[in-house]
Amino acid sequence: MGNTAGAHAETNYLNHEKGLWNWLSTLDHKRIGLLYFITVALFFLVGGVFALLIRTELYSAGQTIMNAEQYSRTMTYHGAVMVFLVIIPGIPAFLGNFFLPMHIGAKDVAFPRLNLLSWYCLIVGALIALSSLFFGGADTGWTFYTPYSIKHSPAVLCMAMGVFVAGFSSILTGLNFIVTTHKLRAPGMTMNRIPLFVWALYSTAIIQVLATPVLAITVLLLAMENVFGIGFFDPALGGDPVLFQHFFWFYSHPAVYIMILPAFGVISELITTFSKKTIFGYTAIAYSSVAIAAVSFFVWGHHMFVSGQSELAGVVFSFITMLVGVPTAIKLFNWVATLYKGSINLAAPMLFALGFMFLFTIGGVTGIVLATVAVDVHFHDTYFVVAHFHYVMVGGTLMAIMGGIYYWFPKMFGKLVSDLWARVSFFFIFVGFNVTFYPQFILGSLGMPRRYFDYLPEYQHLNRISTVGAYLIGVGFTIAVVTVIHALFRGKPAGSNPWGGTTLEWTTASPPPHENFLVTPIVTAGPYEHR
Amino acid sequence: MREIEGEAAMSPNRRLVNRPMIVRALAVLLLSVFSIIADAGTFMPPAATQIAGEVDSIYAFLLITSLISFILLIGGMFWFVYKYQRRSANDKTAYITHNHTLEFIWSFIPFVIFMFVFFWGWKVYHDMRNVPENALEVQVMAKKWDWRFLYKSGKVVTSGLDDNGQKVPATLVVPVGRPVKLVMASEKINEASTDPSDRPVLHSFFIPSARIKQDVVPGRFTMLWFNFDQPGDYWVFCAEFCGAGHSAMKALIRAVPVADFEKWISDEGGGKLSLADQGRALYASKACVGCHSADGSRVVGPTFKKLWGSKHGIDGGGTVEVDENYVRESIVNPNAKVTAGYPSGIMPAYAGQLSDDELNAIIEFLKTLK
Repeated sequence: MGNTAGAHAETNYLNHEKGLWNWLSTLDHKRIGLLYFITVALFFLVGGVFALLIRTELYSAGQTIMNAEQYSRTMTYHGAVMVFLVIIPGIPAFLGNFFLPMHIGAKDVAFPRLNLLSWYCLIVGALIALSSLFFGGADTGWTFYTPYSIKHSPAVLCMAMGVFVAGFSSILTGLNFIVTTHKLRAPGMTMNRIPLFVWALYSTAIIQVLATPVLAITVLLLAMENVFGIGFFDPALGGDPVLFQHFFWFYSHPAVYIMILPAFGVISELITTFSKKTIFGYTAIAYSSVAIAAVSFFVWGHHMFVSGQSELAGVVFSFITMLVGVPTAIKLFNWVATLYKGSINLAAPMLFALGFMFLFTIGGVTGIVLATVAVDVHFHDTYFVVAHFHYVMVGGTLMAIMGGIYYWFPKMFGKLVSDLWARVSFFFIFVGFNVTFYPQFILGSLGMPRRYFDYLPEYQHLNRISTVGAYLIGVGFTIAVVTVIHALFRGKPAGSNPWGGTTLEWTTASPPPHENFLVTPIVTAGPYEHR
Repeated sequence: MREIEGEAAMSPNRRLVNRPMIVRALAVLLLSVFSIIADAGTFMPPAATQIAGEVDSIYAFLLITSLISFILLIGGMFWFVYKYQRRSANDKTAYITHNHTLEFIWSFIPFVIFMFVFFWGWKVYHDMRNVPENALEVQVMAKKWDWRFLYKSGKVVTSGLDDNGQKVPATLVVPVGRPVKLVMASEKINEASTDPSDRPVLHSFFIPSARIKQDVVPGRFTMLWFNFDQPGDYWVFCAEFCGAGHSAMKALIRAVPVADFEKWISDEGGGKLSLADQGRALYASKACVGCHSADGSRVVGPTFKKLWGSKHGIDGGGTVEVDENYVRESIVNPNAKVTAGYPSGIMPAYAGQLSDDELNAIIEFLKTLK
């Protein structure tokens, strides 16, 4: 018995097979998860450089480092890369791929080949999208609003087709997760015992499967209009530009929840482990994820309060949007209640979880401000909206990704990360984030519209503060990258359960063996039994 | 004994005095926080219309409620983190799975607040969207990347250049204290161009001081109204991305006393045809007159007399109100909604034959045929 355990400890998923080709053709969900890790990290670097270019340009009023055309392209690539290539695949395809099967005690996902195909879809889609840079670059903003985006430009076409192909990555991953969650749970792992991270990914997967095809059809129509001149959206050809906005947001609003729901899942894991306490309100958190997923399909019109849609439509969308606020508030209250009478360990992953709650609460309450239809008329398309969704997408999702990386790194690689340097990176990211985006709320209140290359002199002061903050975030992520790479080569051995987690991945070796568990786990209790 | 009596007599008294004092002090503190936020903390530009003031009230309420929720939630988080810090790896923790009462309370209270701001927002939004009857009407034309204003008198305001060659934004002069309705359309950079990137695109007319914004959509008219209650110059920004010149697409609104406005509008307007008169000329020159009478008699198509604002049935069922968008559609694409009782397929499509300015002029002409 002892001998076999020792032999298994030496071979794990990382050294199970060797060679680049084995990695590129792997069917192991953990290796595919790492492929996504590398991909998403590289795209994050690209999107981050574009972000710093934007902030540098906006450091002063007037032209600073680029002209208006270059600025339009920079902001387009920042948005498109961050949304489609970083935040959407970020948690589900990377952390989800790695840990969803382990969380339910499975050897792999239900369709390993589809899983690999979905990674290639992302790569091919990204290459097509980024090849638009060789055609002068797209300048439409990541939203591709018509009729501006209808101009027979090969760059816009590449971007649209890239998004089309990358969308299949999202659909296939979602499909895989739904089937895996239903069919591959270990004996005794009932739906009421799956970790909340799995619940969050499951809800996300439903949105991915149902909403992404709408985006695919929309960009296809856009491409057909661009190439063949078929009038879907251009009034000159008998189309309707507002129809595009309906189509686009019918995907892109649920997509906001594709981005944030998995983050909720990560936070639930972090809060319980680092408070050494069972989650407060498991059922409420689990079902509120599903509720958010369902309602998210009926709120797209809140992006269009001033688009010319009818007063009635505006009011109905405002009402339904308010309803999404309730399950979101429930989650925050549950997490805070989980801390009560816990044993709170302020390690780096927990700092990111607490930072998430701080920032996401601000993102959430400003969401209610924007859902209030009369107030949104002023804030729509101003920096207030920019600040709001960065508080949700960066302050929320990105903080969760960072917390998740620091939390699961020891499991993924069997090495410990320097907690001190991880905390230093948190400090820079958290402070830098607030310095960057809080002033943008004020800029928006003052009336500065978004996507502005130039602004009135009175906005310069706040823009300068914001730019300084962006560089602080840059420093934070640089420290994080160095810390993680250092841990990869010099980290101390982690042991199977360095944080005292109770979910199944902590019961197996670090790094896990090829098929996750030496013996199929038999589950007899809920996921967070800290007694 | 006396001392005890004294204490016994005093202590209920003290409670009676102290409690309201604490409450009062709290109330004063809370109120001062409210007013600081409402006055300065919203960071909104000074409100120049009544609706702007109403929007600011909702926003101040939202800010205060948000602040209180944030302090409760995140303050609670910090308190628990401080109080329940890990002492040792063997700490025992409570095993609390749920609490229905608590969960109900923290679902229900946010719900009530959300519904309250929803209804409040609806009420003000309704006022924003419904133009008062007596509003002064001005046509707004948007193109990449400039605004143009057309008054009914025929007066047109465009941007210009100052002596240093710097752009002077188009200035929309309006009377103070009178509602102004803008009817907005998006146009090509120049009529003759066939380059697809010269097509009309989306813009958005945004007046921060009036807290109002409306997209300008190619192929249809959109509307917006405001009523400035004090004289001043107010910025107009384009708020919908429209290309490289997006952030340079600014205009000014100059609100002046009514007397000054009347003087201004009659000053330079003379010698030019009013919009309605231009429309009358087009009515003849574009051969509308051949089929549509202006005196109520039936020729081939419906008469224009008393047409504006009327409701009538259309071929295939349904009714339409004759407004800007219907008239535009009926000229550009006449067979889309043919008036019931009239033949379809007779009128030629005028798409591409009339500029947006000419469409506006015809609409103004229709309005005069009462």
